[in-house]
Amino acid sequence: MVGVRFKEVEKRDQAVITTGHSTPHLTPPYTPPITTTMPGFDFSNHNRNLALHSRGVPLPKATSTGTTIVGCLYDGGVVIAADTRATSGPIVADKNCEKLHYISPQIWCAGAGTAADTEFTTALISSNLELHALSTGRKPRVVTVMTMLKQHLFRYQGHIGAYLVVAGCDPTGAHLFTVHAHGSTDKLPYVTMGSGSLAAMSVFETQWKNSMTRDEAVALCAQAIQAGIFNDLGSGSNVDVCVITKEKTELLRNYITPNVREQKMRNYKFAKGTTAVLDQKVITKEEISKYVTVQDIGDGETGVGEKMEVDS
Amino acid sequence: MNHFPEAWGRPRDDIYGSYNASYLPQSRGGLQSHHQPTTHTQQPIVTGTSVLALKFSTGVVIAADNLASYGSLARFTDVHRLKPFNKRAVVGFGGDVSDMQYLDRLLNSLDVEENYTSPTGDAKSDDDRALVDAPLMSAKNLHTYLAKVMYKRRTDFNPLWNALLVCGLDEKDQPFLASADLLGTTFSAPSMATGFGAHLAQPLLRRVAPDEAATQELSKEKAVEAIKECMKVLFYRDARSMNEYSVAVIDQSGVELKEDEKLENQSWAFADRIKGYGTQTV
Amino acid sequence: MASLFQQSMPSTGPGYSFASAPTHHSSSGPRQHAFYPYTDNGGSTLGISGATFTILAGDTRSTSGYNINSRYAPKLFRIGGDGPENEGARIVLSVVGFAADGNALKERLDTMVKMYRYQHGKEISVHACAQRLSHILYGKRFFPYYVTAILGGLDDEGKGALYSYDPVGSYEREQCRAAGAASSLIMPFLDNQVNLKNQYDPASGEGLEKVMRVPEPLPQETVEQLVRDAFTSAVERHIEVGDGLQMMIITKEGVQETFTPLKKD
Repeated sequence: MVGVRFKEVEKRDQAVITTGHSTPHLTPPYTPPITTTMPGFDFSNHNRNLALHSRGVPLPKATSTGTTIVGCLYDGGVVIAADTRATSGPIVADKNCEKLHYISPQIWCAGAGTAADTEFTTALISSNLELHALSTGRKPRVVTVMTMLKQHLFRYQGHIGAYLVVAGCDPTGAHLFTVHAHGSTDKLPYVTMGSGSLAAMSVFETQWKNSMTRDEAVALCAQAIQAGIFNDLGSGSNVDVCVITKEKTELLRNYITPNVREQKMRNYKFAKGTTAVLDQKVITKEEISKYVTVQDIGDGETGVGEKMEVDS
Repeated sequence: MNHFPEAWGRPRDDIYGSYNASYLPQSRGGLQSHHQPTTHTQQPIVTGTSVLALKFSTGVVIAADNLASYGSLARFTDVHRLKPFNKRAVVGFGGDVSDMQYLDRLLNSLDVEENYTSPTGDAKSDDDRALVDAPLMSAKNLHTYLAKVMYKRRTDFNPLWNALLVCGLDEKDQPFLASADLLGTTFSAPSMATGFGAHLAQPLLRRVAPDEAATQELSKEKAVEAIKECMKVLFYRDARSMNEYSVAVIDQSGVELKEDEKLENQSWAFADRIKGYGTQTV
Repeated sequence: MASLFQQSMPSTGPGYSFASAPTHHSSSGPRQHAFYPYTDNGGSTLGISGATFTILAGDTRSTSGYNINSRYAPKLFRIGGDGPENEGARIVLSVVGFAADGNALKERLDTMVKMYRYQHGKEISVHACAQRLSHILYGKRFFPYYVTAILGGLDDEGKGALYSYDPVGSYEREQCRAAGAASSLIMPFLDNQVNLKNQYDPASGEGLEKVMRVPEPLPQETVEQLVRDAFTSAVERHIEVGDGLQMMIITKEGVQETFTPLKKD
């Protein structure tokens, strides 16, 4: 009996190691017991991972989102733009996600890479920047954001898969940076990132010119994103744009929607009674009020969340 | 297919995981002690980068730069990767240069054979043949031939490490453009690009010619201009490219091949305002 | 700029970071590399048979990694008939998976069907053609054609006939089948809408008394609509499906081909 149980445990451990695809890196799903406590870093997992790999165990796959994000400086401000497709493998996870993240009122970030990493990293920096701004009593600067991001990401040696385009206006002017997951940064008048970065860059390399107007910069960024949408399978759906000037920030959500779904040919509403009902129990509003507060929100336009796509 | 020719034809690590060599003998990095047969598999050594091509109303324009790289070394700067086959067909080669030279030799012998076996025995040159209106092997025929050679070699596990673009005129004298690669995969489109060009040039070419109907409206001048613009973008961004290239235009009047073109009107306007990569201001 | 392309190239390349971890190679002797003779060109196909017709459909996108090779690369081929254009053909083959193998398979089957007429002086039946296709596939059991094939036509009684295959030749006659990249998205839809799976007759009884709806051959117009909805929906949720929808409808009049644009993102 004991022998059998031992075997099962062994099997489960193996399963954990080989199929842990959801975790972006081989952080220990299974940690060998450490018998003695030693001060300092413990690199035993690194050695274990090398040993496992040499035996043919593949690294868990990072869940990376294909994306096209771009940014462009112009006379008087800066524009960033993104597509709105989120993927998990070849499947579209979200057709209209938001890849433009708020850092501070005048600083925004476009994110590519692992979705969770871009979201949490920008949220963390946004939070720290707010505290920093309160403690200094000054408007936050784009270089500060860029430095905080690169220092944070460098500490994690690329294991936080956030690839960001940072843009904003501060008392020193309009700025545009890219920050890579390993902590390197770039400062250029036009930048692209994500799986569609080459498609987008081809547009910038042929059409970009010095000193553009706001409208020219917005049009150029939108075109670059569309090059990604139509030529890179990791990118798709709509174009989001954010224009930041000294005075204000304009978030143009779904600035262009070139991929609206056409009407379905047939109606897929099922007749009542298509599904067999074996048992039913009605809980009235009064009954449930004992446990929670019930509030009627009606069916007006003010309903929460985006409207779901349903067949009439 | 991407711009790492050494990665072509390999299973994608992000889907299949890295190659499991455990079945190989120990001398090859595996765990098996017994001897395994040697296979023909290989890797590209001296490589050429992208080839671009675009159809227009009466023909096709094709271009490739003159560089052959040895890893990251720009080894040969005068390698012509566009090979005219006859008056109606040109082949552009990306990938391994020695395999390109093998295929070129193969095509030359094919051309000789075609000239001998064609019904007009007294035609001595392409011009004579045109006069007597004998059928000339079309670009479509040539593509079918090359695709079969490539597929046969991959099936024998002895691939020719190339990505080819075959362009010219088909048997009805309509513009023809199609590709074949080391796996024998073939496809056709109004604009095509191999290697890095698939990422950088194709988005631009598709704006010029989104579909077949658009190519009908496209003039030769516009098409050549678009291709030249793409060669420039590739030179800006492809680290295995150079600024000297070959370009060929194939239409009813035959093949017009230029092998020593230079990129014109490069723009480095963005460069003067760059200071550092972060907080630097001077 | 240095690292611009680092993350933008997840497409077909091997993961160099880990692949370049120290491995022990013997310095002498030929170095062996893994040439992998297959690739996946994406896309999806589907077939539905009716009482007097069979419809085969496929998107026309050809992909490689995150790239689009071509927006018009047909996956449907007429088999038999006359000449290179297969005039008068009554059998259609759809192939999805590795396009080069698909092409080779198509050419072999087409040649075989043409030889059959030359040798026997009559057209091959769909039944016989289907079995022959199975044998061609199994003939490469240990180096398979990496394709999922669907064969459509009309049987001896004039009813729609549809055969679906796995890459090594296992086959079955069915009412409907989806194959390729988005097959797992389309097949459940077909199960429900064509074979009426999980649908009870609303007019019948209650609870356990309810009876299942009985599938029967659908009219041609309905099937065409289902095919288009299946593809427009697959385009929404699968990145490798899109650009165009090619449909071939086989009736006793012959093969009618249609093309409808799909979203290109």
